[in-house]
Amino acid sequence: MNINYYASPSTFYPLAGKLIPWFAGLALILATLGLYISFFVAPTDFQQGEGYRIIFIHVPAAWMSMFIYVVMAFWSAMGLAWNTRLSFLMARALAPTGAMFTFVALWTGAFWGKPMWGAWWVWDARLTSELILFFLYVGVMALQAAIDDPRRSDRAGALLNLVGVVNVPIIYFSVKWWNTLHQGSSVSLTRAPSMAHIMLWGMLVMALAAWMYAIAVALARARSLILERERQTEWARAQLEEKP
Amino acid sequence: MLKFLITVIRRDVLLAARRRGDWLTAQFFFVMVVSMFPLGIGPEPSMLRAIGPGVVWVAALLACLLSLGRLFAHDYRDGTLEQMLLSPYPNTLLALGKALAHWIINGIPLLVIAPVLGIQFNLPAEAVWILVLSLAIGTPILSLLGSIGAALTLGLRGGGLLITLLILPLYVPALIFGAGAVDGALSGTGSEAHLSLLAAFLVMSLLLAPWVSAMALKVSVE
Amino acid sequence: MIWESWDAFWKMGGYGLYVWGSFGMTLLCVVGEIWLLRRHRQQALLTLKRMKAWASTLESETQ
Repeated sequence: MNINYYASPSTFYPLAGKLIPWFAGLALILATLGLYISFFVAPTDFQQGEGYRIIFIHVPAAWMSMFIYVVMAFWSAMGLAWNTRLSFLMARALAPTGAMFTFVALWTGAFWGKPMWGAWWVWDARLTSELILFFLYVGVMALQAAIDDPRRSDRAGALLNLVGVVNVPIIYFSVKWWNTLHQGSSVSLTRAPSMAHIMLWGMLVMALAAWMYAIAVALARARSLILERERQTEWARAQLEEKP
Repeated sequence: MLKFLITVIRRDVLLAARRRGDWLTAQFFFVMVVSMFPLGIGPEPSMLRAIGPGVVWVAALLACLLSLGRLFAHDYRDGTLEQMLLSPYPNTLLALGKALAHWIINGIPLLVIAPVLGIQFNLPAEAVWILVLSLAIGTPILSLLGSIGAALTLGLRGGGLLITLLILPLYVPALIFGAGAVDGALSGTGSEAHLSLLAAFLVMSLLLAPWVSAMALKVSVE
Repeated sequence: MIWESWDAFWKMGGYGLYVWGSFGMTLLCVVGEIWLLRRHRQQALLTLKRMKAWASTLESETQ
């Protein structure tokens, strides 16, 4: 069973279908464990009271938003290098989930900032970079939505994704630079409370849960994308017999 | 090869010169956008001085994005672009030439107008000079990175707005270093660091952007 | 267990709005995404169904 066997949409489709329940199940178990740690094991923080528990969502979401963008870029590069349709579809399938995590990171960042620093939004380096990452995701999705021809749409989005991934370190550096220059009252929102081990574990478990969730969701989205792309083929029509 | 590059640049500049309306619009846009800020925020001199560098720089970004839609569009529509891509000369050189022509047509006039705007915002002479210098180094970056966006969005509806959405995040480092340089001059902390970083970004853009633009052109045209 | 009562749990030491606002929005996003995915799949299957029906009427017409 060589990996290239699955490079074809018609063979990948059933494989993905079998994998999704496993990843979804793992996500559920890990999330339950993570939430249990977040609320019932991790102690009250000395400085931030109960409010700090938001980090159990905020930090994993931020990690995932960046991780997914890089994975997308990997698939974009694969697609452009080997011209495999499935690679492009994987990148396409990941984008909305990545954008979702970015949004969650921004929202929870604001909800953490308000009680801790008194403002719904602080222009600290990490949050500002996260905002720009959100714009980068939206840009790729908007570009792909604007192009009708699937081949051009795939390739243009992939190229933009790669340009973005190369620029992200530069943007992050420049934003950090900008932030230290305009210090004044700005504080680092993500200078987390000095971490008890259990807090770190909580974040890790939640991050793993998010990762399993992202894989499950991306595979599901890829399957729908395949059905759309391959709608002229016999095997796709045959999927109608299968229960949804 | 150099001759090809010069031909590409010359052609674009000549075409733009015959259609003065287009680039003049971008320059008026630049001036008008900048003038909106005091109207919206208030004319208090020390505040204007504080926001001046950022406002001028953001307006420059927007003016540049406004004019990028046309970079390849005309040639694409009449088929010239396809011919140029098929020519024996490297597409990277074509993209570089186009971006440089764009800078000559749209970037250099900004450098001429910027001092006037700097004075409107109460910037002292030293800061105005740094503003022009930062724009001189920065506007080629805008043209180079912008050409990638123009190439990707060739022939699409909603072109101008879409390019803005795609390229503005990539402009952020240039904005930060450019406006930061002027701030450095204003506050006396010095602009060398900012300008050096900006120059480094320019070199990187010069080396990489034309190559990526050329790839984007191939994607859009085939 | 570190909570003296359910009430204390919901109040989160005064930070209830922020903590639940965060976890709540996350849940909303996850549920939303899954719902959108289901819809996407249903639409794709519907398109397939239509194309199959159209193809078979074509066939029967050209018999």
